[in-house]
Amino acid sequence: MSVSDDPSRVAGGPALTDLPDDVSVATEEGRRLAEQLADNRRHARKLLEVRNLSTHFYTRDGVVHAVDDVSFELDYGETLGIVGESGCGKSVTALSLTRLIASPPGKIVSGQIIFDGIDVLKLSNEEMRLLRGKKIGFIFQDPMTSLNPTLTIGYQIAESAKTHLGLSRKAADDRAVELLSKVGIPRSRERMGDYPHQFSGGMRQRVMIAIALACDPMLLLADEPTTALDVTIQAQILELIRSLSDEFGTAVILITHDLGIAAGMCHRINVMYAGRIVETGLVDDIYEAPRMPYAWGLLDSLPRLDEVKGARLRTIEGMPPDLIDPTSECRFAVRCKYVHDRCRSEEPELTPRDGEGHMARCFGTEPEGWIQ
Amino acid sequence: MTAAATDPATPARQIGETLIDVDRLKVHFPILSGIFQRESGRVRAVDDISFEIRKGETLGLVGESGCGKSTTGRAVIRLRNPTAGTVRFDGHDLMDLSRGELRKMRRRMQIIFQDPYSSLNPRMTVGSIISEPLETHDLAAGKARIERVRELLALVGLNPNYTDRYPHEFSGGQRQRIGVARALAVEPEFIVCDEPISALDVSIQAQVLNLLVELREKFGLTYLFIAHDLSVVRHISDRVAVMYLGKLVELGPPSAIYDAPGHPYTRALLSAVPIPDPKAERRRKRVILTGDVPSPANPPDGCRFHPRCWLYERLGRPEQCRTEDPELRTVATDHRAACHFAEEALQSDIGVAHMATDKVRHGTPQSATAGLAAEHAAEASAAAAALDDSGTGSPNEPSAEV
Ligand SMILES: Nc1ncnc2c1ncn2[C@@H]1O[C@H](COP(=O)(O)OP(=O)(O)OP(=O)(O)O)[C@@H](O)[C@H]1O
Ligand SMILES: Nc1ncnc2c1ncn2[C@@H]1O[C@H](COP(=O)(O)OP(=O)(O)O)[C@@H](O)[C@H]1O
Ligand code: SF4
Ligand code: SF4
Ligand SMILES: [Mg+2]
Ligand SMILES: [Mg+2]
Repeated sequence: MSVSDDPSRVAGGPALTDLPDDVSVATEEGRRLAEQLADNRRHARKLLEVRNLSTHFYTRDGVVHAVDDVSFELDYGETLGIVGESGCGKSVTALSLTRLIASPPGKIVSGQIIFDGIDVLKLSNEEMRLLRGKKIGFIFQDPMTSLNPTLTIGYQIAESAKTHLGLSRKAADDRAVELLSKVGIPRSRERMGDYPHQFSGGMRQRVMIAIALACDPMLLLADEPTTALDVTIQAQILELIRSLSDEFGTAVILITHDLGIAAGMCHRINVMYAGRIVETGLVDDIYEAPRMPYAWGLLDSLPRLDEVKGARLRTIEGMPPDLIDPTSECRFAVRCKYVHDRCRSEEPELTPRDGEGHMARCFGTEPEGWIQ
Repeated sequence: MTAAATDPATPARQIGETLIDVDRLKVHFPILSGIFQRESGRVRAVDDISFEIRKGETLGLVGESGCGKSTTGRAVIRLRNPTAGTVRFDGHDLMDLSRGELRKMRRRMQIIFQDPYSSLNPRMTVGSIISEPLETHDLAAGKARIERVRELLALVGLNPNYTDRYPHEFSGGQRQRIGVARALAVEPEFIVCDEPISALDVSIQAQVLNLLVELREKFGLTYLFIAHDLSVVRHISDRVAVMYLGKLVELGPPSAIYDAPGHPYTRALLSAVPIPDPKAERRRKRVILTGDVPSPANPPDGCRFHPRCWLYERLGRPEQCRTEDPELRTVATDHRAACHFAEEALQSDIGVAHMATDKVRHGTPQSATAGLAAEHAAEASAAAAALDDSGTGSPNEPSAEV
């Protein structure tokens, strides 16, 4: 087979064909961006401010406190990771931000969401739809369920550009072709007429990214964007998100249960447990000096590619709690090796720790605490 | 000795002679089309692979989705008939056995499946799920059987009184333990673990992994451990086999596969694995593969990896890669790779995640086995080390497992 004719050769697109001679080491770029962000942080306002957000589901078994009093901020151009195990409230957080919670049974019961200066929870449904389409792009775990199987790929991308940017049909089509090549689909003009099932999982995820980018969003919300994909394809998609975010200055909220992915992609991390943010901070602080037993327990339990651990891995015993009618104790108390009486009678607040914006929810690691 | 001696992940276990010998194994699936369901092609799911599994060892099998891992695992215990080739278990050719003989042999080999939700019959109690294999093999009856089931539940860390419960009353991790108990019921020597932890939550994965390691030590089990997570495979395996598109492309001890791989695909696969450490992530040299995995119904000529191979590109697209299918050949002691240019691949440092030396987490108690007091001490010295080293820590500090 001749290589140059093989479409799969160029499927990665120009930015992704890093050969060993010009390997991509993120160090310099990452550092530069971090500095620039720190600068922004001092001067500009936030792209997103979430204050005391709570989202509940009213089910037969009781009220599920899926997201409970969650507050965080996001800078323009920043990549924020939301990590945690399944069921801890990551997706519900993302859906709440864009008011896509199924209601009933779900309801945002309190809080404030300020996006680019706009009070999101005060918008009419119509205004909300516009905001979603124009300023926020989504990528979900399973691209097949989010693409319409009966419409061509080209139509679906162009439609987004047409409605949200007010482009003509022709201009929208051109934009779609441009976006498809941008996300690394070879022979993009020819592939405009293809249907989703004619694309592989990785290509469908690229299409989702193209749709998300069609309207030049300020924020990309990616909920487990690579969980359904193989590692080599995952690496392509992550590289794509990273380079697009660098190029367009798009802020990204990356939701993942994979602490490895978050380590390589994010500037800051929110660790969630049982509907709460239990630790937040710059990526290096979270991974090197975590101050919440759940956070370091998770990190310590992971086998690593660059480390040979003893035969027995450290574990966190027990299971995450269900979120129905949570008690007024530390939610990690039943699994925590360091638990004290105090943890069982009241719940700790998120309080500052060493490091910029570093906060943890744990009595034990507070200045007077017993884990020092 | 074998890899176990050099790899601190596994305390020296006894690894002996070949238990399972797979020779030129092929498993093809017909592609049927048209109203007459004529065979119009073949999915070459497993296409001429040979390897051996030694008594007491854990052989890890890794590769991307659809490359043939599960098919290999099933063929090895003859849950699936091979299209060609032989599988010998303890010297017996599994294809030659009569039904009765095969049934007897099955007692010695079991499988644990990936999905703890669909692999247990929802209408059976845990007790009957676990005692089913005892019944099939006439192993224990009446009181003895009930006792044995309770014993097995306790062995996998479940409450022995749970025999009357149904699978839906258990979490994913607990269901996987039930699957393990069922596999252990007949006291097998060999277990195929087909992605046993992939469907579980992060904090539960380590629990089940520890259980598998414990049982391996306790009963001297031999595992074929199938997974797509290369970090997990490094942790549990004595040797690792890498598959690509129905072929075995590399086979060797973890030290070879992870630190000095001889196949460009292995290097690319390693590059793609994220490491939960931002500094390590920034340091790494990666190669990002372009394109998708081709279909096993229509694999590329020559070396199946050539359309995505970075070394092929770098070497100026040598013709040999396009015309000749490389054999799995020895490139170092106990280390085989299927690449015409394995020597070049070995020279590269692409993909290798250099051993972490600065992974002291300051501010974190490091010792897991000692009590709280010891943890405080460890913490104090870790913090001191952090200060001494202006934040980088030192490799000899208490981050090492005690
Ligand atoms: N019963 C079957 N009939 C037809 N094709 C099959 C069958 N079972 C597997 N295949 C095909 O054989 C190839 C290998 O499948 P296999 O299940 O062994 O992959 P795998 O490596 O275990 O993948 P995964 O990581 O997704 O579990 C795939 O192309 C698959 O579609
Ligand atoms: N539509 C729904 N109805 C009832 N409960 C829900 C619904 N969606 C989510 N939940 C619950 O909310 C909690 C958080 O869910 P989610 O945000 O999806 O978790 P994850 O962190 O895995 O993304 C879980 O307990 C989940 O069961
Ligand atoms: S508050 Fe107490 S129980 Fe909760 S994490 Fe901290 S030490 Fe553990
Ligand atoms: S034989 Fe050629 S194409 Fe195949 S892996 Fe080696 S260098 Fe790459
Ligand atoms: Mg989710
Ligand atoms: Mg499989």
